[in-house]
Amino acid sequence: MAVYDFHAGAFRDDDWIFPDDDASLPAGKAAVSKARFVAREEGALGLVLTAGDTLDGLGNALARVELVALRFPRYADGRPYSLARRLRERHGYTGELRAVGDVLRDQVDFLARAGFDTLDIVHPGTIEALRAGTLVRVTRHYQPGARSERPAGYSWRRVSF
Amino acid sequence: MYRYDEFDSDFVRQRVAEFRDQVARRLSGELTEDQFKPLRLMNGVYLQLHAYMLRIAIPYGVLSARQLRKLAHIARVYDRGYGHFTTRQNLQFNWVELARIPDLLGELADVEMHAIQTSGNCIRNVTADHFAGAAADEAVDPRPYAEILRQWSSLHPEFSFLPRKFKIAVTGAERDRAAIQVHDIGLQARRDADGAIGFAVYVGGGQGRTPMIAKKIRDFLPESDLLAYCTAILRVYNLEGRRDNKYKARIKILVHEMGEADLIREVEREFEGLRGTPLALPAAEVARIARYFAPPDLAELPPHSVVLDSRSAGDPDLSRFVRRNLTAHRAPGYTALTISLKAIGEAPGDASADQMDAVADLAERYAFGEIRVSHEQNLILPHVRLDDVPALHAGLQAAGLATPNAGLVTDIIACPGLDYCALANARSIPVAQRIAERFADPVRQDAIGDLKIKISGCINACGHHHVGHIGLLGVDRKGEEFYQITLGGSADETATIGEIVGPGFPADRVVDAIEAIVDVYLRLRHDASEDFLAAYRRIGAEPFKSALYAEV
Ligand code: SF4
Repeated sequence: MAVYDFHAGAFRDDDWIFPDDDASLPAGKAAVSKARFVAREEGALGLVLTAGDTLDGLGNALARVELVALRFPRYADGRPYSLARRLRERHGYTGELRAVGDVLRDQVDFLARAGFDTLDIVHPGTIEALRAGTLVRVTRHYQPGARSERPAGYSWRRVSF
Repeated sequence: MYRYDEFDSDFVRQRVAEFRDQVARRLSGELTEDQFKPLRLMNGVYLQLHAYMLRIAIPYGVLSARQLRKLAHIARVYDRGYGHFTTRQNLQFNWVELARIPDLLGELADVEMHAIQTSGNCIRNVTADHFAGAAADEAVDPRPYAEILRQWSSLHPEFSFLPRKFKIAVTGAERDRAAIQVHDIGLQARRDADGAIGFAVYVGGGQGRTPMIAKKIRDFLPESDLLAYCTAILRVYNLEGRRDNKYKARIKILVHEMGEADLIREVEREFEGLRGTPLALPAAEVARIARYFAPPDLAELPPHSVVLDSRSAGDPDLSRFVRRNLTAHRAPGYTALTISLKAIGEAPGDASADQMDAVADLAERYAFGEIRVSHEQNLILPHVRLDDVPALHAGLQAAGLATPNAGLVTDIIACPGLDYCALANARSIPVAQRIAERFADPVRQDAIGDLKIKISGCINACGHHHVGHIGLLGVDRKGEEFYQITLGGSADETATIGEIVGPGFPADRVVDAIEAIVDVYLRLRHDASEDFLAAYRRIGAEPFKSALYAEV
């Protein structure tokens, strides 16, 4: 499987496994649901959160996590953007943040600026546009984003790319 | 007023290019209407009953003569020669062709305008007191803060997919002309004892199906915390607001269900974590933005205008206009002048291309080229010399824009209703027209005095009926258009939701019902100094109910 890596600006291979809740934990890098994660299953270094999940009860366990995948059930459900910011700001999470699910090309830059590192998407048009580098983008921003961007004039403005 | 710098114009041009790409994908069939919908909605493009509708943002209602001329041009070239000013200080074109919208947006960008976030579940056009910078009672000019909020909220990476739309209004006076208590966030800029600027913060007001007056959650938020605090409110709302039912998705429902105390705790906790981040507003940056809103070069003038007094003494039309359409200005010898878009028999808020040009010309000649759009669907020239009012009035008369009815019974707010809107139950515009015709006699209007009638074609309440002194709501009763009447609403600093007075009236009886209500008021008021709202608050709904439903 390949994911889009914002830092590299390209797709790359990925070996994370996302077992169903009733499947046994496979060997290798596995990411599990919050329920499973909170039960402190051995070996799971990845966490999958769905829009609607809270960050309560994760405690210090986040420190050992290498991947948090935030699932978008529908593109219009914007909760994962705020979860991403909270994970970084309130919980000090520094590992990989991945967006999973229903994402259209018009959200790609929002995701990058909300602090996501990688993108695991299914929409063929979006994948194609990312591969071909044909996204039409807005590179001027009126708010500080989660990534380092060039300041531009006023304290709240940024330029990307 | 604010002027785009290179950054702003790059931003808007890039956004136009992005939308051009989206429209091309739609027209080529790569995108279905369903897939296109969320994209067009982020750019103010609606699919209405008969055509695509484009809603253009007029940030906090401020327009230049040059911009208004461009809007006139667009009305002529891309639409049917007119536009509709809305209750959210926006302008709508009802007959645009999708394939031409990217070009239209390009023309708007030429005059530093756009249609970004005039629809969709995002932070909408920020609104403000339409007399900002001019009103005699203003403590702080709200426009710099509205502009900073406009910028900060534009294509916000975290808040573009909220549970529902989100509206912010800002005022800087005790007398609230921006209806801040019926907005998702209402801000009242004020000064503390030392002269420092801060905000009273209101959250969770709104109209629609479940009207609510906002709760005040901060009495004095320091200026530098504005963006961090708004971010905290929006983040809590984005995470906790309901997404299972679109009628329960606004922040007012969250405030209601969570309770004020819990909401405040959550917001304050979030805010703690955002303090000291790059969201803090440096005073120097605020000052840079505020410089754009420096007052124009006003002359030292005596408070009274001999010219105006003598001219209006011999001209009843002018004298009526002066009495109704002028608002006290902070500078002696000046006034803020309201141009009513409520000529008897016209659609409230509509202006023809020629009228827009005429207003632009007059604004350039007499008013520093500045125009405001009010949420009451009128235009305002904020800085006019009293000496120039007679000439200006003559110019307005020539353009059919001198209706002297600001704040009177015929100055009716009405949403587009069933004539345009796909969501409507009933027509709004024809009812407004018929009420205005019934009360057309200027002497009678004067005798009735201040009275705000507001009409919505459905429960979405775009016509703000909940906060009308008299509100009309279009409902569908077995396929027939009915109107439910509410009384005693108000959107100012004494904000109140109107009370439903009883069963609705069919279209052919609703004007009689309004007249009966007005007659009760005239009969029972102490005297002419007690306006409709004051009288209603004193006598209550009963006398009106018995007049309306007596014969049944
Ligand atoms: S109140 Fe209803 S009918 Fe009127 S414009 Fe809004 S949605 Fe349309």
